[in-house]
Amino acid sequence: MIIGLDMGGTHIDGVVIQDGQVIKTHKKPVDKDDLFTTMWTALEELVEDSDLAAIERINLSTTISTNAIVEGTTAPVGMVVQPGPGLIHDFSSCKGRVVTIGGYVDHRGVVVDDLDPKELEKALLLFKKDGMPSSAVISKFSTRNPEHEIIIGKKLLEQIGQVTLGHRISGILNFPRRVYTSYLNSAVSDQFSTFLTYMRSSLEKKGIAAPLYILKADGGTMDSEGALEKPVETVLSGPGASFLGMSALIPGGEDAILLDVGGTTTDIFFLADGVPLFEPLGATISDYKTLVRAIYSVSIGLGGDSSITVRDKNLVIGPQRRGMAYAFGGEGPTPTDAMICLGRMEAPQGAKAKAREGMEALGAKVSLQATEVATLVLATMVTQIKEKSEALLLGINSKPIYTIKELLHGKKVTPKAVHIIGGPAEALAPLLQEAYGLPCHFPENSRVANAIGAALAKPTIEVTLLADTALGRLSVPELGIYEKVPRTYSLEQAKERAVLLVRQEAIAMGSDEATLEIEITEQSSFNMIKNSCLAGKNIRVKAQVKPGIIHGLRSTITHES
Amino acid sequence: MKANKTVGLVFFPAFDWAISPTHPEREERLLYTQDQIFEEGIQDIEGIEMFNPLVATEKDIQRVHFAIPDVPTRVTESHLVSSGGAIRAALAVMNKEVASAFALVRPPGHHAHRVVYGDRGFCVTNNEAIMVERLRAEFGPLRVAIIDTDCHHGDGTEDIYWNDPETLVISFHQDGRTLYPGTGFMDAFGGPSAYGYNVNIPLPPHTGDEGFLHALNHVVMPILDEYKPDLIVNSAGQDNHYSDPLTNMNFSAQGYAKLNSILKPDIAVLEGGYSIDGALPYINVGIILAMAGMDYSGVKEPDYNPALLRQPKDITEYIKKISDAVLGNWKNRDTLWRKEYGGLDSYERPMQIYYDTDGILEQQVQHFNKCSSCSGHNWIDSSSDSGRKVLAITIPLDGCKSCIDKAYKMYKHASSSYTNVYLQDRVHDEYLGKG
Repeated sequence: MIIGLDMGGTHIDGVVIQDGQVIKTHKKPVDKDDLFTTMWTALEELVEDSDLAAIERINLSTTISTNAIVEGTTAPVGMVVQPGPGLIHDFSSCKGRVVTIGGYVDHRGVVVDDLDPKELEKALLLFKKDGMPSSAVISKFSTRNPEHEIIIGKKLLEQIGQVTLGHRISGILNFPRRVYTSYLNSAVSDQFSTFLTYMRSSLEKKGIAAPLYILKADGGTMDSEGALEKPVETVLSGPGASFLGMSALIPGGEDAILLDVGGTTTDIFFLADGVPLFEPLGATISDYKTLVRAIYSVSIGLGGDSSITVRDKNLVIGPQRRGMAYAFGGEGPTPTDAMICLGRMEAPQGAKAKAREGMEALGAKVSLQATEVATLVLATMVTQIKEKSEALLLGINSKPIYTIKELLHGKKVTPKAVHIIGGPAEALAPLLQEAYGLPCHFPENSRVANAIGAALAKPTIEVTLLADTALGRLSVPELGIYEKVPRTYSLEQAKERAVLLVRQEAIAMGSDEATLEIEITEQSSFNMIKNSCLAGKNIRVKAQVKPGIIHGLRSTITHES
Repeated sequence: MKANKTVGLVFFPAFDWAISPTHPEREERLLYTQDQIFEEGIQDIEGIEMFNPLVATEKDIQRVHFAIPDVPTRVTESHLVSSGGAIRAALAVMNKEVASAFALVRPPGHHAHRVVYGDRGFCVTNNEAIMVERLRAEFGPLRVAIIDTDCHHGDGTEDIYWNDPETLVISFHQDGRTLYPGTGFMDAFGGPSAYGYNVNIPLPPHTGDEGFLHALNHVVMPILDEYKPDLIVNSAGQDNHYSDPLTNMNFSAQGYAKLNSILKPDIAVLEGGYSIDGALPYINVGIILAMAGMDYSGVKEPDYNPALLRQPKDITEYIKKISDAVLGNWKNRDTLWRKEYGGLDSYERPMQIYYDTDGILEQQVQHFNKCSSCSGHNWIDSSSDSGRKVLAITIPLDGCKSCIDKAYKMYKHASSSYTNVYLQDRVHDEYLGKG
């Protein structure tokens, strides 16, 4: 028995899944002032009358971190930054204090300038004077050689307590994003750990021994230890859960466009060969560009309750929402009214009359009958969705690539189907099918898709291995591995090692050993030449747990729907 | 972070291509530049846009080169992609997607001449010329200045635009007496229809930031002010760097950035530069920031020491003299033209071209004709030690009816002693070959 919970902005969804079947669902509004109680109540309702010992795992997707960042309630952070030479960055959007100090390593991880302990002492004094509750240290190229970060981090840990080390955040090179990600990680740390501690002690009191997993933005899970270390990974896990839920409800394996149409917004996702696409570098949250691995999703201000305005005799839908549909007591006409008016959406008699009234009023502005303007509203909505998704697709298919082989023969995402969930799904599907010229499906029972997605998420991990055999160094920053390697170290050995590390880490995080799928996503080996002679090899490998839902569950869930 | 001026980047390191495993032009060349660009977060700067290369077409190559025996045999995918990268950068500027663009592509191109038997100086296709001629085919007449800042003389570019007054070529480079390809002297000043529009500034070994910037400010910029090009192209070699293994100059990342902030190229295209670990990462970041109008003062090589790189006084004096002489020639170009070409109806230019990478020796004579209504059709008689005898005829973009007729007649009635005959008809954008 698996329990999946997704706490969104307005609703909390929950499901209990047993033997591939959804046996219980839950959907309630969120109490924004008491997220913990909202979640705990949902959980209690879901497990009531169940055998608590039969719960295998509990997967939670929470907005704790996201809300703290968006609402600006995060803690201040004392940050030590070692930028070295290069671009001059301004990190003043980080709340707390940023102290820049000297010393740096180059792109190969060679220390060029030493750290000055006096500068560090000064920074520590300032943080203590400020009473900083948490801290972070980020050096340029620290993923290549973290020795300065480790020394500084040790001092920060002793004197401040909580500390985030930049190199542990991600294997991707991007200093400014590493700074922001480390900052956010420390900034949400306190609130997140308070929430998690509550959750764990409540589970214990209740007598639930099942392990607790937290959803990440990449649609995977991490265990509570991992979440305490990297709470920033929990931001934007909602879209990840929604994506996973949809992919559980549809047949997989091909390129497709996934649409989640809500009241206010439409989220657009893509599948490539049935596998999600990730943000190229990481999620962006509240203008902070981060290295948090996230499922690629774009939200547009267009939904069933979007307001409709007339501009130069043309209909414009969204991006604002001014309350409910006119049919349900809202101020003005919405796409939902158009759907009701055309009989594409069920509604009580009174609402039908109101919807028609709303469409008549709108039609009067553009000299059309109610049904004509309602048809136009839906056509406009479909066109807006289609144009946006096509523009996004163009961007996806022109992402930077670096080899001739990829340029000439690389995969292009070409959707073969459109899948849609959300309130207006059934009403829009035939129109989308016509507009895209592709089959458009709307899975039933998608009301709690997010919670299904959360329940079926599995541990994910990615490692970035670099071996520079000229320097005799191997690094895997995500795991804090920095070792010596012999001159003879090969790409094959590097690949084996990367896969082994992912395997060990995934199993430690609760992956099912028998069904664990690991893939190499990048691999290269460069001859390093010095004075026309081979000085060594620069070997680069990325490996990950294959993204997606828990192996073997997709088909059963699909059949059920 | 936001760029003050938008910049397009075609960053295409071709990680799966090398001339040979230990060749300077190998997979590793832009690896550390990529690391630096990524770590600095260049992709996240608002106003800096990334583009993938196009693949240049056979016609794109034929507008510039006579590939012997033909394009598919001589030109590989890597060259089509490298030239296509330059084209993409230029289109981004012409279509106003960005204010300027930088194509970081490889292999380089500025040693590739009009006739191409093989690879010389790591080059097969002249990326800048292919790009410029594509723009002219798509957008009509353009007055272009190509400023070659590679340490080696841009002899291929010089050859291609030798007789074209609509393309000003200025190359500053380490003196040909001390470095490959051994050309690029002041007296190579252009063909009869374009005398003065091929400007060489040979600089002595150990020229530093001061000397480069002197030549830029006292020769290049005054000439550009007068020439008023529609487009400025930087043929951007990075081998003037003090750490480059193949050359003897003392230019720095700061110097390169300053050069670009003064020159303000519309398009920069990477040429040579083989200090891949100690120089390229910093020079490229410096150039990108300079083109974006951003603060590049923090970009420095780990071993940068201005005191050690200070230019000796005698070199400074020598560069001043050279610069004055070059600028003097430019100002006097009409008088000098009369001395060089006055009264001539035709002119022959014998050349010997060595393909160092492929070990081929070519002998050619270029024939230019005076025409009162256009810059005249011209042809090249070429033979190589590979046994070929080639006649390559060109009708220039401004070719008049009479020259077009003459060229087609010449192509039709070419002697059977030629193994290959080509006609490059720029007016109709048509390219013929037989043999």
